This record gives sequence, structure tokens and C-alpha cells, in this order.
Amino acid sequence: MNLGKFPYCKKCNAWRVFAVLAIVLLALPFVTDALLGRGWVRIADFALLYIMLALGLNIVVGYAGLLDLGYVAFFAVGAYNYALLSSPQFGLHWPVWVVLPLGGLLAGFFGVLLGAPTLRLRGDYLAIVTLGFGEIIRIFLNNLNAPVNVTNGPQGISMIDPVQSGGISLGSTQQVFGITLPSVHLYYYLFLCFTLLVIFVSLRLENSRIGRAWMAIREDEVAAEAMGINTRNIKLLAFSMGATFGGLSGGLFAGFQGFISPESFSLTESVMILCMVVLGGMGNIGGVILGGVLLVLLPEALRNGAGPVQQWLFGKTLVDPESLRMLLFGLALVVVMLVRPAGLWPSTQRRRELSDDDDDVVKQELESVYGSSK
Amino acid sequence: MNLLEIENLKVSYGGIQALKGISFTVAPGELVALIGSNGAGKTTTLKTLAGLLHPAAGKIHYNGISLHNIPAHQRVHNGLALVPEGRGIFARLTVAENLLMGAYTRNDATHIGADLDRMYALFPRLNERRTQLAGTLSGGEQQMVAMARALMCRPKLLMLDEPSMGLAPMMVAKIFETIRNISEQGVSILLVEQNAKLALEVAQRGYVLESGLVTLSNSAEDLLGSDEVRRAYLGA
Repeated sequence: MNLGKFPYCKKCNAWRVFAVLAIVLLALPFVTDALLGRGWVRIADFALLYIMLALGLNIVVGYAGLLDLGYVAFFAVGAYNYALLSSPQFGLHWPVWVVLPLGGLLAGFFGVLLGAPTLRLRGDYLAIVTLGFGEIIRIFLNNLNAPVNVTNGPQGISMIDPVQSGGISLGSTQQVFGITLPSVHLYYYLFLCFTLLVIFVSLRLENSRIGRAWMAIREDEVAAEAMGINTRNIKLLAFSMGATFGGLSGGLFAGFQGFISPESFSLTESVMILCMVVLGGMGNIGGVILGGVLLVLLPEALRNGAGPVQQWLFGKTLVDPESLRMLLFGLALVVVMLVRPAGLWPSTQRRRELSDDDDDVVKQELESVYGSSK
Repeated sequence: MNLLEIENLKVSYGGIQALKGISFTVAPGELVALIGSNGAGKTTTLKTLAGLLHPAAGKIHYNGISLHNIPAHQRVHNGLALVPEGRGIFARLTVAENLLMGAYTRNDATHIGADLDRMYALFPRLNERRTQLAGTLSGGEQQMVAMARALMCRPKLLMLDEPSMGLAPMMVAKIFETIRNISEQGVSILLVEQNAKLALEVAQRGYVLESGLVTLSNSAEDLLGSDEVRRAYLGA
């Protein structure tokens, strides 16, 4: 194996890879628009939103090992925060640079609120409580239209202000340096910036003292406590950091959509985000991004592709593509988990853990124990 | 003055009293063994000292201060380190990361590197395995990781819970050799063991724990020779 050479090549090619990646990401909306149509640029926007959510959940589930099934609640908190503070609902139109951070902070606060009572819970029990929390938030939003109408109930909030600053609105087509940028393109670049920020923060956290403390708690909470980690605070920090990312992307979602209702924040969404994390590779940032992209693109590809493929195979549409979509999607999930149990792109450590190359460890061990007595 | 002084310590799990009022001391630089059979309360004692369990009554004085209401993480900061039963290593972190976790409460980054090197010198096997996941190591190596990790916080008192558990006899000998080595470097050690003979051979003093009470205490040598200990624990 040439593993010894690998880091060297990685270093010398890093900038080249970086440049190519930057060009691809910058050109993506235009290429997609030209080849596949504007609808796919919109899907790319959603992919970025989901990547942010998945990276946020990755902190809680991937790093700290706390199974959270109600993560979408933080997305909802961020979205409703934006919607209530910049829409005709209350006649408020706060600037976006106040509303977005506020949404993140508020979601972070809710993260602590959820975390505090669940500190002693683990695994299945924690999953059930977080699931309940997610539902409570959704039902609250659904019913908070009486006696005082706050959230407008199941009708949701519409006419939410687009993301705008200094007279420039991302909700309409803009000219930048002579290039015409439609709204979806503008949002794509905005989301890309935020996604890069979230990736940067995740990367820094992963290799920090806090990141290691999270992983220690994931591995063995009692031992972590015996190492001098204040497990209570560090766990709450994981919940609130993850929630902050969720709240941030919730705000962006509200501005982008212009309309939100409790329906967008169902349990299915939480499960979907969890799938992105697990399927992509828990604890590995690259894997989680991959999971996010695939799980947004795959259902859309099936929606658009299932019809034509049937036409081509059988000459007619046998099964409605819409109902076939989730069936194939589920099948894909099962197959991926069977074939790659650690995720599509697991962290190097997970991969090492699941490989069988520790035979020589056993051998060396035996030698050192019994060989030394000779 | 003693480094650790325990007076009439009582600990209960729900309604069941695991420690019924024990008292013992550890002097600076001393290696004290706490021996006893299953369910005698050995692990409970260590967990209480580490702050993972809360006593129902009694006093714990460590380094001249009362540990009452001092949380686990601050006790580590004050140099009271526990190597938990069953080792409790972080399986999906590398050996190096495990050791760094031991230095979690320290903020003198420059000395941490030097201490890492000291640990690798003390446990050469770990040096070879730096980048390997701790969970893939053998039981003996995992015990070494757990001990090195605890030493990384520069403890004044190292508490070892059953270091011989589940290890091959040769490995046990190696681990106990290292314990003696650490003790000679001036670290006080409180050693909990079921293997009374081994423990008393390295220790200076010993306490025998029986269903939550200290029934015997003496120098390790005398305990090794005493008829009661021989009959109960040494099978002779």
C-alpha cells in the first residue's frame, strides 16, 4: 500500500482540487439551468439547505452520539422566527441580518431546552423524548392561531419577505457585473456561502478540544466524566450548536420559500435529515454532505426519471412515478445500508474499525505476551 | 498529613447500602490496596471518590480539602484520577486521542506534548499504536491506554479499578510491573483488586473490604501472611 505517499500528494494537489471545486460550484447553477432547467437549480438550493441541516445534526448524532429524532423542530423555530419578524403577519419587517442570527440563537436556546431534561437519557430513550419534542413544536405551531393568532395555524404564514439588504432583494432577478442572476441563482450563492461557513465551523469543531470531548462522551460517558469532562455542559453545547445550524437554515428556508406552514416540519423531515447523516457517513463531514446531496437529488431524479424509463422499457407507464418514487427510494436506502454499513463515505476511523486488518495486532500481542518468556 | 482521608463513608444504591461506613487513608507516595470479593464495595468506593456516585454520609478529605459537593470534573483537575473498571477507553478514538483526553483538564499545551512522550516511553507498545483505534487493541494494551490516559492529568492520586481483569497472566505481570514503576515515580496509588495476592505484593498497606465494611487493615506484608486473608482470598 502506498499510504505513506498519500498525505504528500494530498498536499501538492490541494490547491488544484480547491480551484476546480470552486469553479464547479460557482458555475453549477448556470450549467444546471442550461441543461436541466430552472427547477433543478431550485433543487440545488434545497440540497444546500439540507446539507446545513445534516451537518448540524451531525454534531449531535455523529460527534456526541446523541440520537435526536426531533431535529426538524429547530429548523421550524428558525423558520417561524424569520416568518414572524419579516412578514405582514405582525407587520414587522426586521432586517435579515438581525433576523437570521436571532433565529440561530433562538434555536440554540431551544436546543438547551430540549437537552436539559434529557441529560440522563441515552439511545432509544433519548430518541423517543426528542421525537416527542419535535412533535410538540410542530403541534404548537399548528394550534397557535387561537385564542391569539400568532402562527396562523395550519394555513401557515405567507408573503414572507425575501432575503434582502441595502435595497437588493434576492427575491427578484438582479444584474451583477452585467450577468443576469435570477432569484434561484442568487439564493444558490447565498446558501453556498452559509453552507461553507457551516462546513468551516464543523471542521474546526471536529479537531478541537470540544470535538474530542463530544466523541469521548459518545464512546463512554462515565469514562469521559472520569477524564474531567463536564459532561452536562458539553452535551448541552452539542445540542445547542446543532440546533443553531438548524435555526439558521430554517431562517434561510423561510426567506427562500416565502411561505411556511407546520406541514413542512413533520417527523418525516427529521428522519430524512437523520438518513442523510447515517447514510452518508456519521461523523464524517464529507460523507454527511454526500448524504445530503444524494437524498435530495435521488427522489427528484426518480420523480422525473421513473416515467420515461417505464415508457422506454414497457412502452407505457405501468406505475405512477409519484408512488414508485418513495418505493425505490426506500429500496435504495436498504441496499446502501446493507452494502456499506458505515455509510457511503465513512470517517477513516469508522472504516478502520469495520475492516478486518487487525489480525497482525493479535499476532503481535501473542508474540509480546508469550514470545518474551522464551 | 495524609493525601486521602476517608471517614465513615456510606453509599447506597436506592435502598441497598453498598458501603456501610468505611474509613481509610492514603499517605503521599503510598501504594494502598483495597481487596475483597465480589460485591464488597470496592468499585463503589472508587466511583464515590471520583465523584461519579454521591455518598449518603461520611467525609472525604483529599489534599486537605473536603470533596463534598465537588463535581467529578473538578476532582480530576485537582489530580484525582480514576482508571475505571473494564478500562472504559474511547474505542473509536485513536490511542493518541485517548491520551489527549486524559489531559483534558490541563491548559499547559507545551507540557502536554512532553507528557505524551513520557507515556510512550513508559508504555512502548502504545508508541507503536499511536494512530490505531483504541478499540482494536488487545485487552492488555487497552489497560495500558487507560492507565496512560489517567496519568496524563498528572495525578497526585491514581485510582486503579481491577487492572488485572480479563487479562492473560503474562499481561497481568506486565501491568503490575508498570504499577510498581508508576508508584516509584512518586504517584500515590489506590489499587482495587480481586487478585489479593498480586495486589498485596506491590502494595505497602492493604485494607480488606467485606460487604461494605473494612474488616482488616495492616501492612501488605502482614496481610499476605495472615491466616484470615490466606483462607478467604488466597485459597491456601
